[in-house]
Amino acid sequence: MKKRSEVLYFTLRNKKLLIGSGIILIFLILALIGPSFTQYKPLDYASPRGAEPPSAKFWMGTTFFGQDVFSQFVNGLRATFVVGLLGGGLGTLVGMLIGFTAGYRGGIVDEILNAFTNIVLVIPTLAVLLIIAAYLQVRSLMMECLFIGLTAWPWAARAIRAQTFSLRTRDFVDLAKLSGMKPLRIIRDEIAPNMMSYLVLVFILQFGGAILTAATLDFIGLGPTNTISLGLMMQYAVLWGALPFGMWWWFVPPGLAITAIVGALYSMNVGLDEIFNPKLREI
Amino acid sequence: MRRYLIRKIVIYALTFFLAVTVDWLIPRFMPGDPIRNMLTRVSVASNATAIQMMYDYYARLFGLDLPLWQQYLNFWKALFQGDLGISTYLFPTPVVDVLKRAVPYDVFLLVPAILLGWYTGNKFGAFAARSKRLDNFVLPLSYILTATPYMWLGILLAWFFGIVLGIFPIAGAYSFSLRPTLSLTFALDLLHHWFLPFASIFIIEFGGWAIGMRNMIIYELEAEYSRYLNALGSPKSLVRKYAFNNAILPQITGLALKLGVIVAGALVTEVVFSYPGIGYLLLAAIQNQDYFLIQGCFLFIILGVLIANFVIDLVYLVVDPRTRRGMVGESA
Repeated sequence: MKKRSEVLYFTLRNKKLLIGSGIILIFLILALIGPSFTQYKPLDYASPRGAEPPSAKFWMGTTFFGQDVFSQFVNGLRATFVVGLLGGGLGTLVGMLIGFTAGYRGGIVDEILNAFTNIVLVIPTLAVLLIIAAYLQVRSLMMECLFIGLTAWPWAARAIRAQTFSLRTRDFVDLAKLSGMKPLRIIRDEIAPNMMSYLVLVFILQFGGAILTAATLDFIGLGPTNTISLGLMMQYAVLWGALPFGMWWWFVPPGLAITAIVGALYSMNVGLDEIFNPKLREI
Repeated sequence: MRRYLIRKIVIYALTFFLAVTVDWLIPRFMPGDPIRNMLTRVSVASNATAIQMMYDYYARLFGLDLPLWQQYLNFWKALFQGDLGISTYLFPTPVVDVLKRAVPYDVFLLVPAILLGWYTGNKFGAFAARSKRLDNFVLPLSYILTATPYMWLGILLAWFFGIVLGIFPIAGAYSFSLRPTLSLTFALDLLHHWFLPFASIFIIEFGGWAIGMRNMIIYELEAEYSRYLNALGSPKSLVRKYAFNNAILPQITGLALKLGVIVAGALVTEVVFSYPGIGYLLLAAIQNQDYFLIQGCFLFIILGVLIANFVIDLVYLVVDPRTRRGMVGESA
């Protein structure tokens, strides 16, 4: 019980974690309820006059084509959270699967999985994603999550493997083995809980990484074909002269939101690291 | 050392093999018919027989009428002859020639941005670690910088310095009025156009390495050897020097691991600035459904990253004496 209150104490005192989760929460709420505050669909030609700066009617102005930037922004935020959650979640899961297996089994299984991890690690993820995306005529948000998750796992697998490696020779694991526990249960009940904090950190970083990868894919026009996204907003802004015409309201919000969300995730990561690892607490 | 090198080379060879195989597999096993898509996009002829003729021509070009294993062998053979097909978007230029024209710009942009960003970021991170005042200001800023999507920083810089202040050009590698020559005017113009894309990659890199180094130095300063040195009463600068030498090693490996992400970032930066490297080419290829060009870009990016990785491995051999004596061959 004492341990729990200590963690709580450091959690409530940790500014990095509080600020980070606060920012995430604000954007999450905006993504959830934002779309109901606008009567325009993201791709509707709402304003007949083309580009307009922010006003009472169009809170974030309109694009070159007269589309409502606010509507695009909040709907893009939704896509961003979906990609982070599902893409990052899948990346973490695959990383855990491979990391735990390689680290726990060792030997030849480890050799093969490790070689495979190293290979996927050196291939530039984006290059693979773009060649897959380029050949698909219709792409959905779910597909994007799937691709990102299936290419983002290598470093997570490596990190988890290393941790598992150091844990599997501990006494309590030996004890579990002696008592006849199945490997899967040992990993689930003995090893995973001991690196729970670590897994949380991996997920947060995967979450942020997935968002950045999605933004890159969307920006070069290989994102989902049927939804708006923050990366796509930036691509349209660049291609349709938002820069020379000074339509800052078109390209500032999407990038700012990505930066804020990913930055907040990193901040949470450091904050949690400090809570879990007393050595790092501010002295 | 031999073992370390052989291990690395085997991994890279396997990676390249896998990448080429993926490059071959995807167009053939994706749902949909790439040739049909290409033809409908181009929509050269509305006449059915003309379309069928074009279709047969492209099918032969892809070699789609042969058995699969033969297609695969032919693919490798063509690759070794430097034949990546013909660009449909810049018809009839071979893809290799299109790429050759773009690569110098990539090298010119990426090599200085990555190396300088890495070097200065590490130096600065080491300097900022455990210095309270600097840390409080630098740390949040660095976190914001690494969280920034490359294209957004590019867009912001282009907007502010190119449009609002109007002191830098925002598109192209040189002015339209100039022809590439070996003159001072042209060189200056080239640099003028190079600066903003360079700066946007450099700044993000700088932030990332600075944080990494700062955290690493803090770990090292907590390590036993640092405490021991402190207890002996050695000067702070000496302890920091040792900490830096130890902390720089993971940063070198980190550079190898992050290379793919950096290259991806550079690609979108080129798109923002219409800088005529591979990234800009790629966007054009995607928009024009030029599959050969997309595949060529893919191979070039992978090859570039693999070569850079190998160079980093060689550097690592020089910097870390333990690898040379085969003591930590496993870790990498």
